[in-house]
Amino acid sequence: MNDTEAKKRRWYLVGAIAVASSALGIIAFGNIGENLVYFWDPSQVVAAGDKSIGATIRLGGVVETGTVDWNPDANELEFIVTDGSETVEVHCSGAPPQMFREGIGVVVEGTMTKSGIFKSDRLMVKHSNEYKAPSEGESVEELYKTVEKL
Amino acid sequence: MIPELGRAAVLLGLAACSIGAVTGIWAGKTGRTDIWKYTRWMAYIFMGAISIAVALMEYALITHDYSVKYVSEIGSNETPLTFTIVSLWSSLDGSILLWAMILATWAAVFAYKMRSKHPEHAPWALGSILLVGIFFTFLVSGIANPFTRIPEPLSNGPGPNPLLQNHILMVIHPPTLYLGYVGMTIPFGMACAALLSGNLSTGWARAMRRWMLVPWASLTVGIILGGWWSYEVLGWGGYWAWDPVENASFLPWLTATAFIHSSMVMERKEHLKGWTIALVMSTFLLTLLGTFMTRSGVFNSVHSFTQSPIGPIFLVFLGFALVVSVILLAARVDKFTPSKHNWEGPLSREIAFLANNLLFAAFTFTVLLGTVYPLLNEVLTDVQISVGEPYFNRMSVPICLAIVFLMGVGPALPWGRGTAKALISRLIIPGSIMLLIGAGCLLAGLREPVAILTFSVSGFAGVVTLQELFEPGMQRAKATQEPLLKSLLTAWRIGHRRAGGYIVHFGVVIIAVAIAASSVYRSETEMTIREGSSKSFMGYDISYVGTERVDEPHRWSRVARFQIEQDGRDLGLAEPRLNHYKKSNQAIGTPTVISGLDEDLYLSLVQVDAEGKMASLSIVVEPLVWWLWFGGGVMLFGCIVSGWPVRKKQAAA
Repeated sequence: MNDTEAKKRRWYLVGAIAVASSALGIIAFGNIGENLVYFWDPSQVVAAGDKSIGATIRLGGVVETGTVDWNPDANELEFIVTDGSETVEVHCSGAPPQMFREGIGVVVEGTMTKSGIFKSDRLMVKHSNEYKAPSEGESVEELYKTVEKL
Repeated sequence: MIPELGRAAVLLGLAACSIGAVTGIWAGKTGRTDIWKYTRWMAYIFMGAISIAVALMEYALITHDYSVKYVSEIGSNETPLTFTIVSLWSSLDGSILLWAMILATWAAVFAYKMRSKHPEHAPWALGSILLVGIFFTFLVSGIANPFTRIPEPLSNGPGPNPLLQNHILMVIHPPTLYLGYVGMTIPFGMACAALLSGNLSTGWARAMRRWMLVPWASLTVGIILGGWWSYEVLGWGGYWAWDPVENASFLPWLTATAFIHSSMVMERKEHLKGWTIALVMSTFLLTLLGTFMTRSGVFNSVHSFTQSPIGPIFLVFLGFALVVSVILLAARVDKFTPSKHNWEGPLSREIAFLANNLLFAAFTFTVLLGTVYPLLNEVLTDVQISVGEPYFNRMSVPICLAIVFLMGVGPALPWGRGTAKALISRLIIPGSIMLLIGAGCLLAGLREPVAILTFSVSGFAGVVTLQELFEPGMQRAKATQEPLLKSLLTAWRIGHRRAGGYIVHFGVVIIAVAIAASSVYRSETEMTIREGSSKSFMGYDISYVGTERVDEPHRWSRVARFQIEQDGRDLGLAEPRLNHYKKSNQAIGTPTVISGLDEDLYLSLVQVDAEGKMASLSIVVEPLVWWLWFGGGVMLFGCIVSGWPVRKKQAAA
């Protein structure tokens, strides 16, 4: 094999790798766009309106007192999440975790449905290293920091 | 006393490390053996000093000396002794101290092993390694000083994070991972040495590969133990979630694996020198990036990470290391002597290795993109998002399938120039088995393409691997008329590096099958059972016997008892529990796993009502999970076989 042929081959190889990597880049970015999870509070969900339907959302807020309804036979947990100004009704499949109670900070992962109810199959309870009730109006960012398994 | 003694030991280590870094580079430049000897001594002192610091910290932890800042943050009088000892690595400052000690130990072992070898490269390498050491020791002596004296110590502390004192795997998972993670500094230093000296000899390339092997094996085992830990502790019945912490350990593993393969092309054909060096450097940079990501709190929010000074300092060091690496690479790589060999044809082992490397590079890119995308997005748009698991799964499945397939094709190709005919004749049996497995899966009623593809491609790669493992010994038996077993053992001893590599491949095949089966055929449910009654799921009958409260000094637990039967066969009592640790308002579960060769039954307690009359369980049934841990063991065994020091004389026999 002579030198020019080797050089030509090398350029083919470089070209092929360039094409392959741009294809990979396009696929990867496209795929990421479809699989984003948004971190929102009830006000953002309400403000987004119909745009929030179908997207995967991690909704953070406080469980409103007097709204928890658990049906052990259907394995359905219903409650309302609030951030102080707006509220969202949440339907969760599954039992409430041991530390779940009214007034506690939670993050639920799921989607908004057309009926205006947030459907979730993943409920995470906020925890902190000290014993204290979550304070009123605690920011959602603070909440994410201390939530289980995040 | 401990705060002052500890600080003094760390400062001594810092001094030795700094002097050693300067003299190492000096010795590399001048070639003076007396200065090289001096450098090695600095590495030994570095190790001694940091080990003393760690010993002092352990002493302070065990004796509950709350005048030491780290003990006051992480210790408690009620924590059991084992978890008190391991709490050295359950928080930031302690884990950086452990990091420094492992680095110092690696540096000292390297110095000792290199005492009369590679005089042209070794001083440069040790100098570079100690340069990295300065950074970590500097952190321990300043910003992350765990020895800071607490002027008015309390008589008790909060104890370690409950999640980290819940399982015995916490004792060995982090140190194993660290051994690998930190060990990547050694090949990095060696790569710097090759660039600084402008010479990459075959001997040095081979040494670099050897020094990558132990960190790589540790990282492999550490990652698998991490998966096992999350399976046994976190309660959702999974072992991998593409969490940033997991990705941080996986990214350097990918580039290191690529290096192990490309370095063989470098040794044999002297090609891919610059690329191989770049892989070593990327591996090290990715360990820094991973530490930055997992230790600075940047994933809670980009805006909160500046609350601790560690994050920005890490970022500066990462940037510095990146710039130095790129400049070194750009300026010196053309000093390497070009290869005398040609790329002869597309059907060759070296091309297979090249394809392997491109796949691993693509894998690294996708995982890295998914991991840092949320950070970049938040910096640019101020919107908090995360990248969902489906992205990672969708991207990695085809790449992994291609890698496993290539594991079957590569070994069947010769170095240099292969022919299509020879390839086909070597692959006819494995190829047929692949098709048979695929057809068998379809006949058995499996319809999931990912599972069928994985099983058949894994079968293909597995058969090729077994061929490669047994063929040399069988040929030897034919030629020498020795008993088969003796020939096999002799062949494996002579070709232990190769044989070990194929054993690792076989472990990967087992893991690929286990991952596909356990993720595709996973069934899960949640149920609430009243005391005395039972419910069934996937052939298991689960009866709720009752809940008991168990008190221990550091925690109290709700232990729920369930009688498990499978098709009338008694599987015994399952006791998943919820643990409440003192000074924490979390309920940390301990799931029960009933593990079998065919499938695992995974029970995790979600909640028990106040009277203990109703218990809610999350139940997962997943096949072949056990084989995942077994495959990890096979990979470790392969590494040991491959890296086992065999004396030249023996090997030649």
